[in-house]
Amino acid sequence: MTTYTLRSKRRRAALRTAAFLSPWLIGFSVFFAYPLISTVYFSFMRYDGIRPPVFDGLDNWTYVFNDYPLFWPAVQNTLWLVLVAVTCRVAFGLGIGLLITKIKTGAGVFRTLFYLPYLAPPVAATLAFVFLLNPGTGPVNSILESFGISAPGWFTDPTWSKPALTILAVWGIGDLMVIFMASLLDVPKEQYEASKLDGASPWQQFRFITLPNISPIILFAVVTGVIQAMQYYTQPLVAGKVASGVIGGSGQQFEPGYPDKSTLTLPQIIYNAGFQRFDYGAAAVIALVLFGLSMLFTAFLMRSRGGLIRVGD
Amino acid sequence: MAVPLKERSPAPPKAPPTPAHRTARRKALLHWIAVHSLGVAAALFFVLPFVFVVLTSLMGSQQTLTRDLIPTTWEWGNYTKVLDTPGFLTWWRNTLVYAGLGTVLTVVSSLPVAYALAKFRFRGQRLAMMLVISMMMLPPQVIIVPMYLFWAKELDLAGSLWPLIIPMAFGDAFAIFLLRQFLLTIPNEYLDAARVDGCGELRILLKVILPMAKPGIAAVALFQFFFAWNDYFGPQIYASENPAAWTLSYGLESFKGAHHTDWNLTMAATVLVMAPVILVFFFAQKAFVEGVTLTGVKG
Repeated sequence: MTTYTLRSKRRRAALRTAAFLSPWLIGFSVFFAYPLISTVYFSFMRYDGIRPPVFDGLDNWTYVFNDYPLFWPAVQNTLWLVLVAVTCRVAFGLGIGLLITKIKTGAGVFRTLFYLPYLAPPVAATLAFVFLLNPGTGPVNSILESFGISAPGWFTDPTWSKPALTILAVWGIGDLMVIFMASLLDVPKEQYEASKLDGASPWQQFRFITLPNISPIILFAVVTGVIQAMQYYTQPLVAGKVASGVIGGSGQQFEPGYPDKSTLTLPQIIYNAGFQRFDYGAAAVIALVLFGLSMLFTAFLMRSRGGLIRVGD
Repeated sequence: MAVPLKERSPAPPKAPPTPAHRTARRKALLHWIAVHSLGVAAALFFVLPFVFVVLTSLMGSQQTLTRDLIPTTWEWGNYTKVLDTPGFLTWWRNTLVYAGLGTVLTVVSSLPVAYALAKFRFRGQRLAMMLVISMMMLPPQVIIVPMYLFWAKELDLAGSLWPLIIPMAFGDAFAIFLLRQFLLTIPNEYLDAARVDGCGELRILLKVILPMAKPGIAAVALFQFFFAWNDYFGPQIYASENPAAWTLSYGLESFKGAHHTDWNLTMAATVLVMAPVILVFFFAQKAFVEGVTLTGVKG
């Protein structure tokens, strides 16, 4: 009798859990598991969306790695953005986070101003930056040249297009600033007071108290920054389109990566392969490369012990 | 988990002014000046782009081709010209539908999932949480080929925003994660007390959790709303063939195409797309800041 009620109780609890989880269980299967398996399937198929898919083994894979002209430039750009843009974002975000904790007067106003660009819609922000950094008439170059500095071509020059994207990314630092600010305010005050009594300089305090206390947050910012950099899509695409002057609704005529493939990223070439060249097989291969890289860093975020995101209790 | 929004400096100690004290005060003043100058410099970096965009939006077409920074004539009519552009108001309406409906669906479908993940005990809980985080980190482009084929070929919904809105009725990974982080901060004693009183879990969710989780829900709703407002990739995939279904973010870029020489009109349109985001932010600062904090630091 007791075992019977216990079992039915358990079954009811399991049913209840399933009921609460059901939206996600459906969402996970239909919008994550199924398309992911299909992507693996399409990566071995030749498919243009019109004729039926044909199995062609590893042809898509060798094509993407050996012959697809946009793949390696996109990989290189992504590496560049990961190294430079992520470093700049984390360093600058930490700097601004530190600064805001030191500001005594008008801290709320400063914080609001520093945060706002993070919310600017990416297309709008990119349009604004292409205009601001416009080599002919843009305000930034006007100001630089009035100081006698010969200004670069920014989004129209392959060596300067990625630095321009980096400035745009650094401008939207608001989220990192908030995360750093919160973690900086959590550093125990006693440690600073004790070190002050021992005569520690501000630099020593930063090096031996602040940094060790916030290092998990720095690591979190780096890893999520890398994942974001690998997903970088809207800004480089819109910047390339607008700076090249080739824009129509569907963007079919646009040669992606303007100038000279320098703003290509992996998500862009998935779009290019799938929706401009209608080579769904090649698009699936690139998608799986991107998936593999993203999951590598996600796994790092969740390592069972010492993971940066706590998964269980 | 609340972020102290203001840090008050302690009242200055009242000591007789000794020379040592005076140097200390001078040092503190210099420090104040240095920090605030840096603050102003940083503020200029963050704010000047907005200022130049607004100034340009008020120039005449010819002046945008010069190096002037400040309009010689203030052309407020640029804004009415943008609003009168065929399509612009349709993009607004589409964006509101996508963002508004999407936000409601996301919150309604994600809250029970987050509650189960935060407060139930069941086998596979850890795995479920790991899968949620994996989904959250998955670039949308990874699964776009089969998703597009599914919506366009199987359901014939290409040319509309439904392929973007419908999935939001089945839980959003980021919303689930953020709400779960928030619900973890609600003490279990409240739930246990309600259970002792004979409350079912659904009633607990509606009567106990929902009122207490309002700040978390507000943060999720805002992030979801702005995700949809700012989304470019989704509308590009599903709506690009049908201008009647474009959203502001997608339409803005084509607007630049149609007015490629008129930077003033493009910047006026840019202001009109940015303005609601900034307005909402001023009313809901705290929810944003808490939301960002929840994603990174605590839990």
